[in-house]
Amino acid sequence: MLRIECPVCGLRDETEFAYGEDATVRRPDMDEADVKIWHDYVFIRDNPRGPHKEYWHHVAGCRQWIRVERDTLTHEILGSILAREVAA
Amino acid sequence: MRHYSAFSILRNGLSGNKHWSRAWRDPAPKPAYEVVIVGGGGHGLATAYYLAKEHGIRNVAVLEKGWLGGGNTGRNTTIVRSNYMMPGNTMFYERSMQLWENLSQELNYNVMMSRRGYYYLFHSPGQGDTARRRTNIMRANGIDAELFDRPEVMKRLPYLDYSENARFPIYGAAYQGRAGTARHDAVAWGYARAADRQGIDLIQQCEVTGYLWDDGQIVGVETSRGPIRASKVALAVAGHTSHLAAKAGLRLPIETHVLQAFVTEPLKPLVDHVIIFGAEHFYISQSDKGGLVLGGDLDGFNSYAQRGGLPIVEHTLQSAKALMPSLSRLRLLRHWAGAMDMTMDGSPIIGKMPVDGLWLNGGWCYGGFKATPASGFCFAWTIARGESHPDSAEFTLKRFERGYQIDETGAGPHPKAH
Ligand SMILES: Cc1cc2nc3c(=O)[nH]c(=O)nc-3n(C[C@H](O)[C@H](O)[C@H](O)COP(=O)(O)OP(=O)(O)OC[C@H]3O[C@@H](n4cnc5c(N)ncnc54)[C@H](O)[C@@H]3O)c2cc1C
Ligand SMILES: [Zn+2]
Repeated sequence: MLRIECPVCGLRDETEFAYGEDATVRRPDMDEADVKIWHDYVFIRDNPRGPHKEYWHHVAGCRQWIRVERDTLTHEILGSILAREVAA
Repeated sequence: MRHYSAFSILRNGLSGNKHWSRAWRDPAPKPAYEVVIVGGGGHGLATAYYLAKEHGIRNVAVLEKGWLGGGNTGRNTTIVRSNYMMPGNTMFYERSMQLWENLSQELNYNVMMSRRGYYYLFHSPGQGDTARRRTNIMRANGIDAELFDRPEVMKRLPYLDYSENARFPIYGAAYQGRAGTARHDAVAWGYARAADRQGIDLIQQCEVTGYLWDDGQIVGVETSRGPIRASKVALAVAGHTSHLAAKAGLRLPIETHVLQAFVTEPLKPLVDHVIIFGAEHFYISQSDKGGLVLGGDLDGFNSYAQRGGLPIVEHTLQSAKALMPSLSRLRLLRHWAGAMDMTMDGSPIIGKMPVDGLWLNGGWCYGGFKATPASGFCFAWTIARGESHPDSAEFTLKRFERGYQIDETGAGPHPKAH
């Protein structure tokens, strides 16, 4: 069981959260015309073996989206911040 | 290396089983090979075997960082089936099924292929329509498939929950009679022994850490046992595909996820077939030793950890009990996990990579065990001839940019949803 630090609620069980996706992926501008950039956005991932930035939704808690940094090999949680702070 | 036969079992049995020869050699790596295959799972070993047998390419090494079959090949729930329906997939998996039929004889090694039949249960009229469509597509392609209604399923699988209390009532089942299970370790060992007999070097405890380059082209690998040159480097490393591709400067349409499997204490024969619970992601069969083998969902977040978490243990056992209430008092003996390369459409990738000298066999998600024979056969063909085998021709990297994804589940570009 992962224990994930929610910046609002504190340390909570993984089962209160829903996994979102890779948080390093950014949607291109809507007027972007290069197919390769769209292809990479939709399909291509770094998929690191090690620290990984990812979105989780604290769906059974405060319902905030948070960005967690987690090691994909050890499952150690390295930090988390509110997703809206990432976007800012 | 002796031929295995009823006579050899008898002779060795009578002499106290002291005189069996090694199943394969343990050679030191040579400085160079024609082909180096990275990954000693079923797919890498099968590829080596077919390179020698079908194409006469014997100057080949298989490099394995741990031990042969210690990856997903030795961790899966051993289900073999060919009930696919997308163009590009259907005939590939059917070729694999046909290769399974004669595999023990071909390898002179008992892979314990057991055609016990595969039931996919459906739990609503809509799900039944989807099952009917798949059944029809399979039959149109000459693949065996049947559809059973609820009374027929009750007769065939009397131990499921048909009561008023069943949370997901069983409406019927799609059935493939030639499907079943095989002994996963034996598949790795059988291909290993057969490849070794063809003169291929199987090198264990040899981790590939990078590549040798010459003018932008890959000409070999760096390993924990020194550099090894090769005209062709072929990856078959399952969950580690992205990791090794990144060292060659490639980014792929893959995320690595973890899947768990479970085995209970042994019972007398109870479950004669493979059964899939269509309402949840859950499947069950019984091993020859009597343990019930259970499988469920992915843990649901990117992971290379090869160990699973408790939420999925609970989820899987809840599904088991919802389907077969009689299992509620059983104890689990073991559970474990494998790290799998989940692609963006749930289908594999076989082919030459955009970097010269590099070939890839990966993206098998959690369905690659059944694919082992055809995967090895088609990958060997591709490496030897420099062009795809017709059965695996659609498994390209390019399909994503062309918009030709092969998405059996229709889940879209979400690896954890396939
Ligand atoms: C729990 C579970 C259940 C499954 N159930 C089924 C099922 O019922 N039916 C089905 O068809 N499929 C199933 N699968 C999927 C199936 O197991 C895999 O798709 C298949 O075994 C992959 O085989 P492989 O040879 O590609 O990989 P593996 O057997 O994983 O072999 C890859 C090898 O590469 C080695 N390696 C990795 N990195 C390096 C390196 N740098 N240098 C050297 N060697 C390296 C690894 O040690 C490993 O031995 C399941 C998988 C899991 C995890
Ligand atoms: Zn919260």
